[in-house]
Amino acid sequence: MNFSQSFRLAVKSLLASKMRALLTMLGIIIGVAAVIIITSLGNGMQNYMNAQFDQLGANLIQVQIWGLGGGMSSRSVDPDDMYALVDKYPQYLSGVSPYVSTQALVRRGSDEYKRTSIYGVSEFFYDAGRNQVLSGSKLGEGRFLSYVDVERYQNVCVIGSYLAKDAFGGDALGRTITISGTPFTIIGVMAEYADSTEGSGDDVIFIPYGNAMRLNGTGWVSLYLFNSADKDTSNLAKGIIESRLYKTFQTDDAYYIMSSAEMMDAMDSMLNTLMAILILIAAISLLVGGIGIMNIMLVSVTERTREIGIRKSLGAKGRDIRSQFIIEAGTTSAIGGVIGIALGVIMANVLTAVIAVVLGTGNDGFVAVPTLGGIAVSFGVSVGVGILFGYLPANKAARLNPIDALRYD
Amino acid sequence: MEHLIEFKDVYKIYQMGEETVHALDGVSLTVDRGEFVAIVGSSGSGKSTAMNIIGCLDVPTSGTYHLGGVDVSTMDDDQQAEIRNKMLGFIFQQYNLIPKLNVQENVELPLLYAGVSAEERHQRALRALERVGLADKRRNLPSQLSGGQQQRVSIARALAGDPSVILADEPTGALDSRTGREVLAFLQKLNAEGDTVVLITHDNSIAVKAKRIIRLQDGKIIYDGDAHDPRAVVQPEEDTEGIDGFDDPAGEEVRA
Repeated sequence: MNFSQSFRLAVKSLLASKMRALLTMLGIIIGVAAVIIITSLGNGMQNYMNAQFDQLGANLIQVQIWGLGGGMSSRSVDPDDMYALVDKYPQYLSGVSPYVSTQALVRRGSDEYKRTSIYGVSEFFYDAGRNQVLSGSKLGEGRFLSYVDVERYQNVCVIGSYLAKDAFGGDALGRTITISGTPFTIIGVMAEYADSTEGSGDDVIFIPYGNAMRLNGTGWVSLYLFNSADKDTSNLAKGIIESRLYKTFQTDDAYYIMSSAEMMDAMDSMLNTLMAILILIAAISLLVGGIGIMNIMLVSVTERTREIGIRKSLGAKGRDIRSQFIIEAGTTSAIGGVIGIALGVIMANVLTAVIAVVLGTGNDGFVAVPTLGGIAVSFGVSVGVGILFGYLPANKAARLNPIDALRYD
Repeated sequence: MEHLIEFKDVYKIYQMGEETVHALDGVSLTVDRGEFVAIVGSSGSGKSTAMNIIGCLDVPTSGTYHLGGVDVSTMDDDQQAEIRNKMLGFIFQQYNLIPKLNVQENVELPLLYAGVSAEERHQRALRALERVGLADKRRNLPSQLSGGQQQRVSIARALAGDPSVILADEPTGALDSRTGREVLAFLQKLNAEGDTVVLITHDNSIAVKAKRIIRLQDGKIIYDGDAHDPRAVVQPEEDTEGIDGFDDPAGEEVRA
């Protein structure tokens, strides 16, 4: 039987009873729209997370070391060991910086800044290529700490945008700020990263880690930030660090290593699992939609018994009739699928706008992006559902006895 | 020379509950190319069963039916469909046009199932419509035509497939007498042009338009011969005719 004629007939009979057609397709429309919305949200979420990780540094590996028995043991690693590791494996590790967090009183004249976070880092904390430090913020003006600053325990610092504005009115380069009574010369100012308020990510000071350790009164660095040479080999890089630390401590209870790539993978797989479950639930609606199509096709076969009889008397074989009704069911569900896709894409855009308003992230925040794969699969599935559930009614039509069918009123 | 239609001792037996009905009770007949035959009988005579078997819509319980030299009495449904498509053109009492298709599409249907290309379909359909004088109505829907025009469309549809036999089942039953006469005249014209026509009717006045009459009663042939022979129109039981024409215009069988 001619496909285009069956297709045209199907469209014609759908247009002839629009309300009935809409109700028939409703299940498919809702199911497909739900799948599109879910995949769009999931895809948008993934993009958003990846962007966040990228900002933080997808190559970042955090190494937390708490050692054995509170430093009583002779087994320990120092920053030089970590530098040596980077020197030994430049193909996997591109840099390392200690990350020493310090609490100290910050003063500028008579103003005190009690909530300012102070971090002791090395020159590797700053990636000149990306103009960005490992914790994500960018350098605004001046320069970052240098090898000489770190090696010689220079009293220099890079401050966040909050301090630069609040303490120096925006003109901070070359001025000094006092940390625990010691004056530090400001050599650089970070660009605004958070919202330039007290205690935020902009209320920070970076100083050479040696100076920070002195302020803390410890000789112990408990947190290192490594940079792997490549995101794809970050697992190998992690392994290198792990074996080095195990060599010293002989137990893996003394440290914890976490790579951004690993974290990203873990979150991705979590998200994918969640999405799979949601899509499965949406697929139930497709199933219900299929049953709706089957129901209406059975009615249609009964209504058109006489037509089937005529066609058979003119030489239509069983398979001609069957394919006509299957094409009709497939067309119905395909049109439903297209409407569902359009609805889903529109809804995804609406949700993007709503989320932007609710989270206040603006345009560069979360964007629900419909995937081409999601659209293709849901269209394919909707056509498939129509054909599958159209088969039973079509078969019933194909098996009608032409004599009885011709007599049917 | 072989016959176009050849029934050999054809029986059609239905089981109706406890009762066994012999709708056709040992019928043998032949029809040759170019004939115009009317199969006549009252309700329950077996003429509709005969028409179903001739039309390859049904198979005999026993006996053989050769159509164009081919034994079609043992064919399965799809083989029968192919024979119907290639060799038979149906004209029904209720026209049986598909209401959603326009006139041309209706006429093209048998060609569609024959797998004829779109272009050839259009041409042949147009030619068939020209033969019945309705080429200008080819874009109309059947509902936009009069009963007589619709019946002419169904004749065009029967002609489009270039069949060996045109099988007309009470073709005038739904028409007024004037239009009915036109349709019969048209069937006569087709026959004059060489087509073989088999007409099934309960009405003697229609049957006499054919050249030959086969009269059935209770599943048996009681007359087979020239339509102009007075014996052809003699009703064995005169009183049934009025009832017949009154309550059963469709000419359906009692057993149905």
